[in-house]
Amino acid sequence: MLKGKQSWVFPNRPVIVSSAAVGGPFEARGRLANDFDILHDDLWMGQDSYEKAHKLLLEEAIETAIQKGNATKEDVNFMLAGDLVNQITPSSFAARTLGIPYFGLFGACSTSMEGLALASFLINNQGAKTVVTAASSHNAAIEKQFRYPTEYGSQKPPTAQWTVTGAGAALLTDTDEKAGKLVTTSATIGKVVDLGISDPFNMGAAMAPAAADTIIAHFQDLQLDPAYYDLIITGDLAKIGSPIALELLQKEGLQIDSEKFKDCGLMVYQEDQKVQAGGSGAGCSAAVLYGHLFNEMRNGKYQRILLVATGALLSPLSFQQKESIPCIAHAVSIEVHP
Amino acid sequence: MLPMFFWAFVIGGLICVIGQIMFDVFKLTPGHTMSTLVVIGAILGGFGVYEPLIDFAGAGATIPITSFGNSLVNGALQEADQHGLVGVLTGMFEITSSGISAAVVFGFIGALLFKPKG
Repeated sequence: MLKGKQSWVFPNRPVIVSSAAVGGPFEARGRLANDFDILHDDLWMGQDSYEKAHKLLLEEAIETAIQKGNATKEDVNFMLAGDLVNQITPSSFAARTLGIPYFGLFGACSTSMEGLALASFLINNQGAKTVVTAASSHNAAIEKQFRYPTEYGSQKPPTAQWTVTGAGAALLTDTDEKAGKLVTTSATIGKVVDLGISDPFNMGAAMAPAAADTIIAHFQDLQLDPAYYDLIITGDLAKIGSPIALELLQKEGLQIDSEKFKDCGLMVYQEDQKVQAGGSGAGCSAAVLYGHLFNEMRNGKYQRILLVATGALLSPLSFQQKESIPCIAHAVSIEVHP
Repeated sequence: MLPMFFWAFVIGGLICVIGQIMFDVFKLTPGHTMSTLVVIGAILGGFGVYEPLIDFAGAGATIPITSFGNSLVNGALQEADQHGLVGVLTGMFEITSSGISAAVVFGFIGALLFKPKG
């Protein structure tokens, strides 16, 4: 149901029956290692290409989520997934393996919440009974996609971010047994914001205005106060982007406690892991939300959270042609049903 | 001997500083930075400035990629003296051929020994 200009509310409260997160060796050394269902100790994951490993991450996340939800692939009406590789082949190839009717999404690193918003909308409006949504990234496959040949070993500035090797998946249904379960309650779809930053090694600063724009729209549309949420978490703004977004929000008069304003890109790794400004990638917010944050909610630490996944909609060609980086953010609110 | 080491360090380092400034301040991509340095080396070579720099700083001037531009132009000029315009085309890879062939051969050996990532 549309509310305000660009938000949906979900009065039927789609239930997130289960979720799963899969990670790589670098994530296994990270801060959230205990929240992954599967951790690989080798970046190749037994495959002969990184792209195949990327696909495997996604397949494992979706299969694990379906299994944990005591469902089968046949029970799932639709799969909504996306990634950062050209023509989103890891997602489409995983959909080929899984055989679930499939929507391929591209919202760069905002894909996780684009998927969760659409999945919730489908279930809320009886468009589906059961939907699985996922997003993923693989460090080596995505570096190959976006960077200069990796063997060249060119230095990255401190504003650059580290692509997370990970996948996150969530299984949603329209069950009536909602008590104590995680439910999605609303979503805000962002517009593309571009303030002219053209440095692909400073995505956090480029994406911060998009995150702020969507958060402001969310509270306007839903007539809510930021204090309503226990946490507001952005996708992958990291060290540079996160303080910029908070400052933009405070300038717009939104009083958000900096303790309650977190970022998945800053949560996933340890202090001593050399990731420059922090984590990023389509799998970053997906793995952190569907693994760590959902576990925290199930354990009763948080009752209501707003996840704002941020995406930089550039291509390897567009920044070489000196185009600026258009950015987007989508927000979904998740609550523990009383 | 020792002063040569010193100047090799200083001149080689300065060329790298120029590359780093192009990369960090002017936000050129690694590819643009590298090819611009090749062109700078070619221009300096064309004006006959690069060879004296090599005499002065040795490996400090031959190791950086600017030396490749210098070699391209020197080869072209040498062959042009003997064979005219066609010499410009054949001469470009006269001096640089060892470097290019080495890249192919060692690249091949590297790919045999290790699993390429890029």
